[in-house]
Amino acid sequence: MSLATMASILGAEIVYAKQMLNDYIPIGINEQEDLKSLGKDPALKVLNDRPWNVETPIHLLDDKVTPAEKMFVRNNGQLPKRPDPGSWKLTIQGESVKSEKSYSLSELKSKFKQFTFQVTLECGGNGRGEFYPPTEGNQWGQGAVSCANWTGVRLKDVLQDVGIKADAVYIGYYGTDEHLSGDPKKESISRGVPIAKAMEEETLLAFQMNGKDIPLANGYPLRLVVGGYPASVSGKWLKTIAVRNKVHDGAKMETPSYQVPIEPMEPGEAIKAENMQIITSMPIRSIITYPKSGATFALSAALKIRGHAWAGEQEVSKVAYSIDFGSTWTSATLEKPVNRFAWQHFEAQIKFPKKGYYEVWAMATDDQGKSQPMVVPGWNPKGYLNNACHRIAVKVT
Amino acid sequence: MKEQDLKKMLRFIFILGSLAMLLVISMIVGTMLIQQHPEWLHALKENHSSKNNISNQQENEPNEEVEWTPEALEAVGLVEGEGLQLVLTHCTNCHSAKLITQNRFTKEGWIQVIRWMQATQGLWELGDAEAEIVTYLSKHFAPEARGRRIPLEVEWYDL
Ligand code: HEC
Repeated sequence: MSLATMASILGAEIVYAKQMLNDYIPIGINEQEDLKSLGKDPALKVLNDRPWNVETPIHLLDDKVTPAEKMFVRNNGQLPKRPDPGSWKLTIQGESVKSEKSYSLSELKSKFKQFTFQVTLECGGNGRGEFYPPTEGNQWGQGAVSCANWTGVRLKDVLQDVGIKADAVYIGYYGTDEHLSGDPKKESISRGVPIAKAMEEETLLAFQMNGKDIPLANGYPLRLVVGGYPASVSGKWLKTIAVRNKVHDGAKMETPSYQVPIEPMEPGEAIKAENMQIITSMPIRSIITYPKSGATFALSAALKIRGHAWAGEQEVSKVAYSIDFGSTWTSATLEKPVNRFAWQHFEAQIKFPKKGYYEVWAMATDDQGKSQPMVVPGWNPKGYLNNACHRIAVKVT
Repeated sequence: MKEQDLKKMLRFIFILGSLAMLLVISMIVGTMLIQQHPEWLHALKENHSSKNNISNQQENEPNEEVEWTPEALEAVGLVEGEGLQLVLTHCTNCHSAKLITQNRFTKEGWIQVIRWMQATQGLWELGDAEAEIVTYLSKHFAPEARGRRIPLEVEWYDL
């Protein structure tokens, strides 16, 4: 868009327009257009457009399998230009490989057996916006989550083909997203997982999402997909995997990024790095995706609700709902996951006793008996893992 | 040396001399003109940077002073106030101001965020600007006390 059109939309002259750098193109004007050019539904909520951080409103997560245009975006650096898949190479290196090896995309596809899994990917900071005192970063509501069909090859098969040494303890990824400062020596993000997690059956080097190319903002042409952990370990625009003989030390592996206190702490307290630990499994959570919060309906009608529940590395064994602020709970019908790490669907029919304002709360419980808290759980410096039960408001008339 | 050769050589030296003079004069005139019209250089720079528009490259240094319209400020959630210009200069280079305006901290909290970016993300020393930036941020983007869960914000509709 030219400055002149922009000025006419704003209905005001842009002062010093000549000196206006790219960075200064007022945000908000282009937002919806930009979302479309990212391949995203313009109804998604832009928390930040540089870097892209885009949340899905909960009612738009109603699909059983999240479509590309409704998948949230959490970028840490600059969005890479669309690369040429023909010349893309993945390199496996590091202290604990027998020898470095590279694969083209077509080699990965032809050499190894392909698998498709439905995997829930959730940002570690999902729910951050509710912590008090406020914590740093994008103030996510509860929509930084998705569950799509990911197709690729097992990381395990590729690592076995490369040959890894007995001293391997961790893998770390590197992508092509440049640091926001433009400094080529800086990494945006380079995280990883323990070797046992990397070798799990469902851990993929994925080149397709829902049977199509992965959207650019979500990692095209290749990304790691690791279920149950914060989505930040599922590295996007994947170029390199380092097999490490120690815990990976890339960007955002350091305290306090993606770390939580070992012992529960007082909100707002200071904490030493040695008292923090890296997040492993995500906590249990559920969302009510239908109806959208704010529904008004007649007392005579029964309300159908539905949604999804997931529990990091565990399975959800029960979802219950309450319409009286947690005094009483009723079980919803719950489906089994289609595979490990896929979210599970629940539904229920609710009859309300009298007219008035209600909140419908959902609470999931996992196979180890752990449930979601009704209030915001333990405070931590970066505001991770808020899995407080989801609430929608309804009015019976 | 024949007389004719000498004439040829003299003519050659004369032409060379005049060319050199012309060059010096145009350089002087050019410098004077650019001094009077600095926007010509900006135009050059703009052309260059618009080529990089897609890759969104930034230089790792403060922004030049530019003026934002009220609409542009509102779009990123910034408000008028003392220190705003310094925030625009030092804090919108790497990421959009939307990342800033989402957050709420006390003075100490904002200083902590700045130290973190200086230690890990390549943010420069802010010098005298820091105090004013921190005062602006902690005044306009301060935490508001709230409980374990806040009331739901609702837009009603008929189901
Ligand atoms: C040299 C680049 C650079 C500059 C300049 C910069 N920042 Fe940042 N800032 C970053 C990066 C990189 C992040 C992390 C972004 C992400 O992960 O999405 C960040 C994150 C933040 C965050 C969120 C904190 C978090 O943990 O993610 C806030 C708030 C912030 N910046 C405020 C500011 C303020 C205020 C200024 C001006 C004093 C500023 N920034 C200038 C690079 C910069």
